[in-house]
This record gives sequence, structure tokens and C-alpha cells, in this order.
Amino acid sequence: MKKIFAILVAIFLIKGLAWAAPLRVVTTTEDLAAIAREVGGSLVEVESLTRGIQDPHFLEARPSMILKVSRADLFIEVGAELEIGWVLPLLIGARNPAIQPGMPGFLDVSNSIELLEVPTGRVDRSQGDVHSLGNPHYHLDPGNGKAIAQSIAKKLVDLLPNQSETINQNLKEFNRKLDEAIIRWKNRMKPYEGTKVVTYHKSWSYFVKRFGLNVIDYVEDKPGIPPSPAHINQLITEMKQEKPKLIIMEPWFSRSIPDLLSRETGTKVLVLPPTVGGVEGVKTYFDLFDYLIGQLISALSQGA
Amino acid sequence: MHWYLLFMTLVIFICSPSWAQVPQIPARSVQSLNPEISLDGLAAAGYFSEAENLNFGGHDPKNQGFTFQNLELTLGATVDPYARADAHIIYLIEDGESVVELEEAYLTTLALPYRLQLIGGQFFTRFGRINPTHPHSWDFADQPVINNRLFEGDGLRNPGIQLSWLTPLPIYLEIIGSIQNANGETASSFLSVPLEEVGAHVLGERKVHHLDDLVYMGRVKNAWSLSDTVEMVIGGSGLFGPNASGLDSRTEIYGVDLYTKWRPLNAQGGFPFVAFQAEGMWRHYEADDITGIGLPNETLKDSGFYAQGLWGFAYRWVAGTRVEYTDGNGDNAADPLRDRRLRLSPNLTFYPSEFSKWRLQYNIDYAEHLNDKALHAVFLQFEFLIGTHGAHVF
Repeated sequence: MKKIFAILVAIFLIKGLAWAAPLRVVTTTEDLAAIAREVGGSLVEVESLTRGIQDPHFLEARPSMILKVSRADLFIEVGAELEIGWVLPLLIGARNPAIQPGMPGFLDVSNSIELLEVPTGRVDRSQGDVHSLGNPHYHLDPGNGKAIAQSIAKKLVDLLPNQSETINQNLKEFNRKLDEAIIRWKNRMKPYEGTKVVTYHKSWSYFVKRFGLNVIDYVEDKPGIPPSPAHINQLITEMKQEKPKLIIMEPWFSRSIPDLLSRETGTKVLVLPPTVGGVEGVKTYFDLFDYLIGQLISALSQGA
Repeated sequence: MHWYLLFMTLVIFICSPSWAQVPQIPARSVQSLNPEISLDGLAAAGYFSEAENLNFGGHDPKNQGFTFQNLELTLGATVDPYARADAHIIYLIEDGESVVELEEAYLTTLALPYRLQLIGGQFFTRFGRINPTHPHSWDFADQPVINNRLFEGDGLRNPGIQLSWLTPLPIYLEIIGSIQNANGETASSFLSVPLEEVGAHVLGERKVHHLDDLVYMGRVKNAWSLSDTVEMVIGGSGLFGPNASGLDSRTEIYGVDLYTKWRPLNAQGGFPFVAFQAEGMWRHYEADDITGIGLPNETLKDSGFYAQGLWGFAYRWVAGTRVEYTDGNGDNAADPLRDRRLRLSPNLTFYPSEFSKWRLQYNIDYAEHLNDKALHAVFLQFEFLIGTHGAHVF
């Protein structure tokens, strides 16, 4: 009798869990997806519209993405004009009133971040594809990871008020792990503080600020515009004087100019995917920094 | 005097920047309720081997010399929590005259349930792939011949309403239906304009008496993601409406379309890529004798297709080729809008940035009414876009 009762209870519990369907969360990037999974736990089912190896500036509103957005309960974007070229047709095409901007199911995370490089003067496209609201690659400062998690948690509590305890618990746990990890990462990077590097795009500003690297210049002289020969020449001279240790680039840029700079100056090229899912095995926000820092240190220590 | 000095000192003190300065908070966003605005200019230089050329499209390069194809002013914004509105206003120069066209201006609902969406206003009929697109987003300098024959130079567009439904299936299946007015030069296969001709049948004036006298469109659009790098869209559309060659004559147009694109995950700025697009269209036009000049009662059948391949072979560079064939039935050999026509158009486009392009295109064209003699045309086209970053439908 007791056994039957126990089995019945077990069945009800399992059924009960199945009934509470998880909240469907769709994010534009894998980084946001990874953090949403940490904060939402089993309450959410998270899917990213892009793969970690894709440049989030240049995508198309594919119908398969529209399908995902049409079923979402919560849509999360990086914001600050990162996805400006492709999110609007997704939101219109999805015919999903719950996730339209201004509705409870829409979250622009950039609104809770203190963005770097917000232009103060006049902005126009002679400066290249400038982000007029500031640099959108903010997930690369693990300190911002906490702000991202906080903003997602707040949204999840709004949508699942009965689960606020679980969500806040998850957030606390994520923050605790992240605080520990930041100390660990900072310690690992300490010996390399002040190391001079060149980066391809202005996408590492948050990372270098946190870990004290010194970006002396960029391969691109204007964001989104291929570098001019004059800039490359000047960069070669500058690199010969300043002797940066690395040229850091994303996997979607062509290697030809970084390789040319490397041949001319002897500086090593390091290809670093700046997102979760950019390489096999980098599945969480923690994996991302373990990987990035591991790669940097191994490249820098080989060079020494 | 002392008072004056004291007063001036006070004024200078109050106005001095150190006193007036408040802590600078960086602007977080552009706080503006103005709509998103963009302006797109499209122009071309053209050379034609014959004085008479075959580019009949309203926005085609069609002059020996230069053509300003169009200047498109786009405005768009959310109206309220329930809808957004978009407008595309075109400026053209025709024989030295400046012309303004209200190309599109419509409301799109954002808050309907059951994945329904309503569009209302003046809009391009969502028939096939080329008809609803604006000239600046075409992959070639001119419009396909078959589109030009069935929908004339400006495409099929008119005031009306459209309802679309994204079905809840696990694959992308969208069903679209629209009703629009049938009159005017932007509905050339339907009521069109009195005294225009279709296959030598002179059109008369036909008033709207019942719902049958409007143009109905039905479209099914289906898409699959074959992988993270390949997506395919297929569609089928049908158009039904009255035509003004008779008092109760009707037109039916059917179309099928296909689009597929491959792009690797680590693409730089969208390159490299390979894209293929094709459309086939058939028109059945019941041609009658509304003006009573003794024309036979007949059904004009026209059909045609275009197929185009694009290869983004290097960052910012695209090579493309388009092949087209169209023909009509009956006594059509001397009719420039119904004869047999074959055209091949290779082109090469360079995008200095997302906001401008340069395109070189060559057309070799054989038309039955010109005895199938090879006609050559070369275009150098350029485009600029200022203002809001545009986003295009896949």
C-alpha cells in the first residue's frame, strides 16, 4: 500500500513538473543565452538566434529566426544598436505581441549597463559604422555579467512572480560564483597588466579595461571599414616602436592584414572568438573567460 | 557706477561655465519621438546599342546617358503600442520634370492575437519576391521583364488591406491574403487606366460595383532552415481581379518563387555568400471589346521567368548573373510588351560600405518585335543611403 502511494506521489510530482512548462526565452547572442540559463535555471528554456562564431553586427532576419521569436515569452537583445540591421524585421514578422519593445516580454540589456565610448561630439558615418549609443560589446567585462544577470532576473521575476525566490536564489549563486571567478581571473592576468596589444575591432574595450591590458591601436582605423594603406603603414611604424605583444582578432575578420602586420613587426596574431559557443566546449559565461584568459596567457607566455 | 560693476560681476559669475556646469551624465539614448528617416538615391549611367531600348521599367536606367532612377524617402516608427507605420515616398525626374510618387504608406499591426497581422494603406502587393521590393534593394540595375509586363514600370501596388497569418506549425508557413483597388497604372493587368492597351485591346472605364471589382491576392510562403548556413524560402501566389478590356472580363495571375542562400558562420560583414533566386509567372487575361471597335474576344496568355545567381566572392564584392525568358500567345510578335524575349544580364557590384554601392551591368537582349537581333546595354549604377540603418526581409 505504502509503495503504491509512493509511486502515485512520484507520478504526480513528475507530472506536476511537466505541467509547469518552462518560459521560452530567445536571445540574440549566446552570451545572453548562457547568463539567462544561469539565472532562469529549470524555469526557462533558452535559445540564441546566433551561433557564437557569428559576427552579431551582420546577420539577416531569416524566417527560421522569426519562427523562434514568434514562440518566445521573452526576447532579450544586447541593444545599443548592435543588432540594428536585423532585429526589427524579426520582431515585426514574428506577430508576437508579448515581445514587442515596450511590452513585458522585451528586454534591451544595454539599458542597465554603463556603456563605454559613448560619443560625446558629433557623430556621422564618415567615422565608419559608429555605435552612436556606445560600445555594445559589454559582456566582455565579467563585472557587467552581474548587471546582465540582474537585469534578466528582474525581467524573469516580472514574468514569473511566483518564482521570484528561485530566481533571486539563482542570481545570488551566479553572482557569488562570478565574484570568485573574477578574483581568480584577475590574479591570473595580474602578471600581464599593462601588456601592450593591438586589436582588430574596438570590441575588446570592456575586457582590456577589466584586466588592465593596454590597446595601443586598432587594425581598423574606422569601425566596419577596411583599414586604409596609410593607416597600415602608420600602424607598422607604431608597432615597431611600441612593440605590442599580440594582435587580437575575431574569427570572422580576414587574416590577411593581421598576418601582414605580423610579418612586418614580428607580433603574433591571436584569433579569439569573443562569445560563448565560439569554440567547442565554451558553453557557459565562466567557460568563456577561462578560455579567453587561458588563450591570452598561453600566447603571451610563449612570446616571452 | 558701483552698482553697475557689481551687477556685471554678478552676471559674469552666474554665466561663467564653472558655476553653470552640472555633473555631465552621458546621454544614454537619443531621446526622440521623431520617426526613423532615411534617404536613398539610386542613379545610373547607361549605354544602349540601339536608339530604341527595351528598359520600360519606371525605375530602370532607360536613357542613353544618365538616369536618376529614384530618390526614396523612407519614414517609419511605432504609432502606439498596437501598430507601426511606414512610408516610402519617391522622387523622380522624368523628361526634366520632377515627379513625386507615394509608393507606399501603410500601418502594420503589432498586437493582434493568433499570430495574425493586418496591413492597411497604400502598399506593394506581396506577390512573389521582386514585386514588393524597392528598386534600391534589387540585385540588378533593372527590373525583370516578366514583372514589367504584368505589373508595368512601377509594380503592382494600390490602396487596400492585407491579413497574414503565421501558422503555429513547427516549420515556417505564412499565409497572406489581400484586397486592393484594381484601377490605375499601378494595376496594369487589372482595371488600369482608360485608353491604355493590352495586346491591342483598348481599355475602357469600368466602375467598382461589387467586391468582385477589386484585386484579391493569396500567397503561401514556406521556409526551411536546412542548416545554420543555408536557408530556403519557397512561395506561391495568385491574383484575381477584373480587367477593363470588357464589362465583365477578368484576369488571373499565378506565380511561384524560390530563394536560397548560403553563408558560412564566420562570414565577414556578410561575405562570402551564394544566393539563388527564381520566379515564374503566368497571366490569363480575358480580353474583350469594351470600346466596341470589333476586336475578337480572346484569352491573352503571358508567361515568363527569371533566374538569378549571386556570388559574394570576396568581402564587399558580388558577381551576379540573371537569365530571363518571356512569351505570350497569339498574334504577339510585333507587340513589345507581349513578344518573345530573352535576356541575359551579368553584373558586378562593389559595396564600399553597407550604405553605398557601385554596380556594372551588361544586358544582352533578344526581342521578337526587333527580329531577335542582339541588343546590348551597359549600366554603371550607384546608390547612397543616409539616415537610419535599413533592414531587409529575407
